[in-house]
Parts: sequence; structure tokens; C-alpha cells
Amino acid sequence: MKTPKIFAAMLLAAGMGTAAQAETLKYSFQGTLNALDPYGLNETFTLSSLGNTYEGLTRRNENLEIEPALAERWEIIDPKRWRFHLRKGVKFHDGGDFTAEDVAFSVDRVRSEGSDLTTRIGPDVTVEIVDDHTVDFVLSSPNPILHSEWDTFYIMDKEWTTEHDAIKVTSASDTTPNYAGLHANGTGPFKIVSHEPGVKTVYEKFDGWWDTPKHNLDTVEFTPISSDATRVAALLSGELDMVYPIPVQDIRRIESNPGTTALTGPELRTVFLGMDQMRDELLYSDVKGKNPFKDAKVRKALYQAIDIEAIKSKVMRGLSTPSAIMIAPALFSGADAFTRYSYDPEAAKALLAEAGYPDGFSVGMDCPNDRYVNDEAICQAVAAMLAKVGVKVDLNAQPKAKYFAKILASGGYDTSFYMLGWTPSSLDSWNVLSNLMNCRDEAGKGSPFNIGGFCDEELDSLTQQILVEIDKDKRDSMIGETYKISHDNAYYIPLHQQSLAWGVSDEVKLVQRPDNQFKFRFVTKN
Amino acid sequence: MPYVSNEEAKSAVQDRTDAQPAPGRLARLADSDIFHSFLRSKITVVAAFVTLVLFALALLAPWVAPHNPFDLASISILDARVPPVWMEYADPRFLLGTDDQGRDLLSGIFYGMRISLIVGFCSVFAAAAIGITLGLIAGYVGGRTDALIMRIADVQLTFPAILIALLIDGIANGIFGGLDRKVYAFYILIASLALSFWVQYARTVRGSTMVEKNKEYVQAARVIGIPSVIIMARHILPNVMGPVLVIATINLALAIVTEATLSFLGVGMPPTQPSLGTLIAVGNDFLYSGEWWIAIFPGLALALLVLNVNLLGDWLRDALNPKLR
Repeated sequence: MKTPKIFAAMLLAAGMGTAAQAETLKYSFQGTLNALDPYGLNETFTLSSLGNTYEGLTRRNENLEIEPALAERWEIIDPKRWRFHLRKGVKFHDGGDFTAEDVAFSVDRVRSEGSDLTTRIGPDVTVEIVDDHTVDFVLSSPNPILHSEWDTFYIMDKEWTTEHDAIKVTSASDTTPNYAGLHANGTGPFKIVSHEPGVKTVYEKFDGWWDTPKHNLDTVEFTPISSDATRVAALLSGELDMVYPIPVQDIRRIESNPGTTALTGPELRTVFLGMDQMRDELLYSDVKGKNPFKDAKVRKALYQAIDIEAIKSKVMRGLSTPSAIMIAPALFSGADAFTRYSYDPEAAKALLAEAGYPDGFSVGMDCPNDRYVNDEAICQAVAAMLAKVGVKVDLNAQPKAKYFAKILASGGYDTSFYMLGWTPSSLDSWNVLSNLMNCRDEAGKGSPFNIGGFCDEELDSLTQQILVEIDKDKRDSMIGETYKISHDNAYYIPLHQQSLAWGVSDEVKLVQRPDNQFKFRFVTKN
Repeated sequence: MPYVSNEEAKSAVQDRTDAQPAPGRLARLADSDIFHSFLRSKITVVAAFVTLVLFALALLAPWVAPHNPFDLASISILDARVPPVWMEYADPRFLLGTDDQGRDLLSGIFYGMRISLIVGFCSVFAAAAIGITLGLIAGYVGGRTDALIMRIADVQLTFPAILIALLIDGIANGIFGGLDRKVYAFYILIASLALSFWVQYARTVRGSTMVEKNKEYVQAARVIGIPSVIIMARHILPNVMGPVLVIATINLALAIVTEATLSFLGVGMPPTQPSLGTLIAVGNDFLYSGEWWIAIFPGLALALLVLNVNLLGDWLRDALNPKLR
């Protein structure tokens, strides 16, 4: 009977070994984490990743409710003056102290040239340092949602950034990132110990974190895997603990595989198509001397030529909610009042003929291929649908790094027809309006993400009124008005809200937030 | 010393090589050793037949394919991922089913094979052109030139061809990154394949050239003052072409596979002009979800094509090898 005992002891030892072993979470995303500069790219995955290392004055919990983070509490002294009381004893990863100076510095930097997050805090806001741990924000007009996006406005260390000569923001299109683009120094629960863009990023638990950790992780390893099949295979084989997104066609497979689960849920992101309505001649088209997209009839024709239900059933396998407006219905109470223009290729052809294009025209379309669920497949499907009404689409699908560098302000809005997805990080319509619907100039001043550059004075003035309106019903009715204007003029072609689909090992417990941010601090592994 | 002009000397040599034997070319071929050896080998006959059919299907794709997968107006997303006809939920219009965009797979394979073959042939020709030229020069000129060319070849031989192709493709994509990928992907692919396969031709041709250049007919040509370039191209080249033909045939199969690999990795042909490799890459995304046909059929087509070209190449090598006759 000796052998079984020894065997049992060995088993026990092995078991204890596992329990005491450092917990490592290995996960993968379809795209890469390029620069680590927290103001370089206003994109969910980048901000989500950096949110494990950096923190804002506020943060959002499992249910996306705002809660204190680096600010312990805040009060609105008068409608134009907000006072933030900063948390005391907070340390940056390099040991530096977190003070009001860092907040003022971060505000300056996030509004500086090259920053992609300039909308986080308006140009009219001034910062007044009251004492080391109290900061006042002075506004030129009341703004009830001033802090609603500050969970992704991360605070940087003034000393560290200055010392490493990284005050200038490294934007997405810069080929030579500065020190802050390659290193990170936040106050968050995890520090980045190594970062090879496009290869691997390793996080380690930060012992000096001010909050009590709910997670039990020691190390987190991120590896980008762009191929859907490879990513899923890595999850199924147990090599990775979590992968996202998972292709909709593989959900059943992951569910039926013992040890893995597919987590699906509604996402707040609205995927839509935009058209260049600013230039007098499109960059990529056979129409010369004029811009067909300046005509609302053409935009509406394109809208009606797209069979969104077919995209839902065939490309998205049912995991999408076709949308008539530019925000998820969960975020706007008046969304039910809107319905999409019906799918009607004949009407689309008639509209095109009316607009003077009976034989259609050709246009180049830009599309990411690793950003949204089935993005390239959607674009291909749209191209085929538009071909049926005579609009010949020349599709240029690229990885998101190249794609964003081309179509955004940093690339000079180099596109005629593009796909974008938008999650209002404030979870409020004003974010959609101020980012996507206001006029802009060529450098992007105004609505920086109004890539098509249409300009409607009425939308601009409504946006200003919505910002300062405190009465909710009045505010909502004005918001409804803006969506109606956008719908009537077909300034955008909203497609759908995609569903989130994450593949998770059964050993891992995590929180899937509808804003598609993956936060390590909610993760436990056993 | 009697004066003989270069022109006269050349035409004298010309006369000899141009002298036609009595029987016609076809009759000569039917009577040749090669043709007999071809008929004797059943496998070769079958391989030749299958290859011819595949080439014909690829070349005539616009006429024999049931659909045009590149005509966006003719495809419908509602036909996406229809299984092959013998399965449930199939559609009789699509014999081998459809891909994720509703394109007919059979037609896609015909068109894809066309692109694979065009890329294959072009790259083999380009590689042969580079390799033969350098091989002739190295073998004929000798000395430092020879050493230089052959050392480059040796160094290149230490890398696998696929690595070189990837490297060239990567650099070229970096340089031409701003341009439209659709326009230049095809040429970059051919260039990268050609530059990775020229070494074999160069080495073979150099070897044969070194043997030929000491033969009497070359010495005679040299004595009467024919320029080296002409000697290489007109006199030596025809006599070293046998082995080149064998390498070219085997390399065609290799080029097709390499092209497919590059396209599968996403650096070859773009999805808008899919080759067989691109089709397999697209299908790869659907393997886990049970839609196997999107990857398997293009894969089978590729295997069939390469196998048969290889069989032909093997036979040709044996048939042209005097030691095996």
C-alpha cells in the first residue's frame, strides 16, 4: 500500500504547486497594440488595453457606471466650476507621487497638437490647482457631462514624461514613437514590463496599486493574432485563456468544446458607412469635376441599395441589430421613433438617375479588415449590393493600423467612402454629435471624426444647446431632432450594432462590458 | 591570309544548323525516343491528360465557368455558404457550393487556377531568363565573373526559396505601400518568385556551358571571330536547353505551390483577384464552423494541378536523361 500513498502525496504536492503558482492570463485580440501613448489613438482596443496601466480621474465599473478612481470625489461648486478632490498616497509605477500638477499637465497634453483625444476636455476649460490634491475645472458654459468620458482620459506623470522628453504626443501615423509611445508609467493595477508592438505585450501586477485588487493575476500576456481561425485554435487548444473577438461562425464550436465558452452580448458600437461630402471632387472616383456624395439623393440611393437584413443573417449570422440612427438604442430613449429606409434597389436606381447618374459611377471604398466583426466581409457584401444599382465599388481593405492612419485627420482624411464604428465613450449622444456630426475644417478642428466632413449649421447649433441643457426631456427631444436631421439627409448610412463575442476558457472568470473594454482587474483565474 | 568576312562565316554556320531533315516535324516527333517513352508510361499519359484539362479549364474560365465570381453585380450575399450539391440545403446552381460572399466555388477555382497558372508560368519564364543569362555568362566568361555570380547563387541557395520570396515581397510592399495593391501585387509576386528560383537554372546552365565551350564547334566559331554574345546565344544555348526544360517543368509546380503559400499568408494575390492560395486562405476561416468546402475544394484543385505537373516533370527528367535510356 506504499505506492498509492506516495502517488497521492505526489498528486497533492502537484495540486498545491498549482495553487501557489503565479497566475498568468494569456489573451489575444485580432489587432495589434501599437504605441503606448494614451493620447495617441482614440480607439477602443488601445484605450481598453492602456486602461489596465493608466487610470483616469474617474473609471467605470462592471455596469459602466462612473465611479471615483484617481479622484476620490468631486463636487460642482457652481455650474461653471467643478472641484475634484484627488486621492492621496497614489503612486505611479516608477514610484512618483500623483498630484494636482500631473492632472494639469495631462489636461494640457491631451489638448495639444497630435493628440487624438482632444475632445476629452474642451478648449474653453481652464484648470486651477487649489492645492496638491484639489483641482478646479473652470468652464465657460455649464456642461453636465464634463466628466463622462474621463474614464479613458488617463493621467500621466509630469516628471516622468518631462524627464524622458515625451511631452509631444505620438500620433497614430507617426513612424517614430517617442519614449511614451514605447513605455508606460501609470497608476493602474498592472504595469507594462515589456512591449513589442505587433508581437507581445507583458503586464505585471503593480503591488503599489491604491485599490484592493479583486483579480488574482500576477502576469498578463497579450499576443495579437490577426487570423480568426488561428486565434480560435489557440483558445481551443488551451494555449490562450481568452480571445476576442471570435468569428460568429465559430461560436457553436467554442460552446461545444469542453472547457471553453463563448460570451456574447450586445455591444454599444454602431457600425456605419460615411461618405466624403467636403471635397469638390472625390479622390477615388470616375466622376470628375463634382462630388456625387454632396447630393442627398445619391447618399439615400446608397442607403437603400444595402440589404441590411441579408448582412445580418448571412455575414453576422444573426448577431447584429440593424440600426436606423447613429447610436445604440440602449443609449438613447427616443431610438424607437426611427426606422431605416427600406431596402429597395429599384428606388435606389431611380434616385441615382434623378441625381444625374443613371449608369451609376465608380468609387473607392476604404475598409478595415481587423477592427470590427466581419468588417471586410460586410464591405465586400456592400460592394456587391451597390454593384447591382450601378455603383462600382473599388474596395481597399487594410489592417486597422494602416487604415486609421489613412482615413483619419492624421492622414488628411484620405478617403471617399469608408466604414467606421463608434461607441460614445461617454455613453451619451452628445459625444456622437460632437465627434461625428459637427462641421470641421481640413485639419479636423470641429468634429475630428466627421471624416466625410459634411457641415450642417443646424446640427452644430443643436449640439451647443444640448451640451448646456440640464432638463432631460428637453435635451432628449433636441437629441432626437439631430438624429432626424442626420437621417433625413442621409449624412451617414448606419448599418448595425454588432454583438460582442469573446471566447473564454472556463478557468477564467471575467466581466464583459458592453463597451467592449477588457479590464484585467475584473479577472480571476483558477 | 584569305579574307573571310564575318557575315560569310556566320551564314556558313547558319546553313549547317538550318538544314532540315526530310520528314516533317510531327512525324519526327512521333518517331522520337521521347514520344515512345511517353506512350509507354501510363501514369504520364494520364498526368498529361489531366494537366491539359486543367490548363484548358483555367484558360477558358470565362467561357466554361458557370458564374463570373468577379462580377459583383451577379453575386448575392443571400447565397453565401451554400454547401455542395450532394449535401442538405444545397442549391443546384452551385455544384461545389459557395464561399462566404455567395460566390460559386467551382467558378472561383477555375478563375483562381488561371491566376495561379499565369503567375506560375510568368515567374518560371522570368526565373529561367535570369538564370540562363547569368549561367551562360558565368560558364562562358569564367574567372572572377563566374566566381561572383556563383557565390551569389550559393548564398541564395542557403535560404529556402519561400523565405526569399517573402523577403522580396515584404520589401516591395514596403516600397510601393502607398500604391494600389491590386495593381502591383501581381508583378511583385512574379518578381519575388523569379528572384527566388533563378539559381537552379544558373547552376545547370553554367555546368553545361563549361562543357560545351571547349567543344570544337564553339572553338571554330571563336576562331572566325564571332562575338561572344552571339556564340553564347546562338551556339551554346540550344545545346544546354534540355536540362533547363526539365527544371522549368518541375519549377512550374514549385512556383504554383510557393505562390499559393504566399497568397495563403496574405502577401500574394489580394482577395479581389484570388488565386488558389487566396481561396484556401479565405476558406481557412470557416474550417472550424463546419463549412469545409470553402477551403477543401480549392485545396484539392491545387493538389491535383501540382501533382500532375510534377509527374510530367519527373517523366521528362527521366526521358531526357541519356543514362536512363
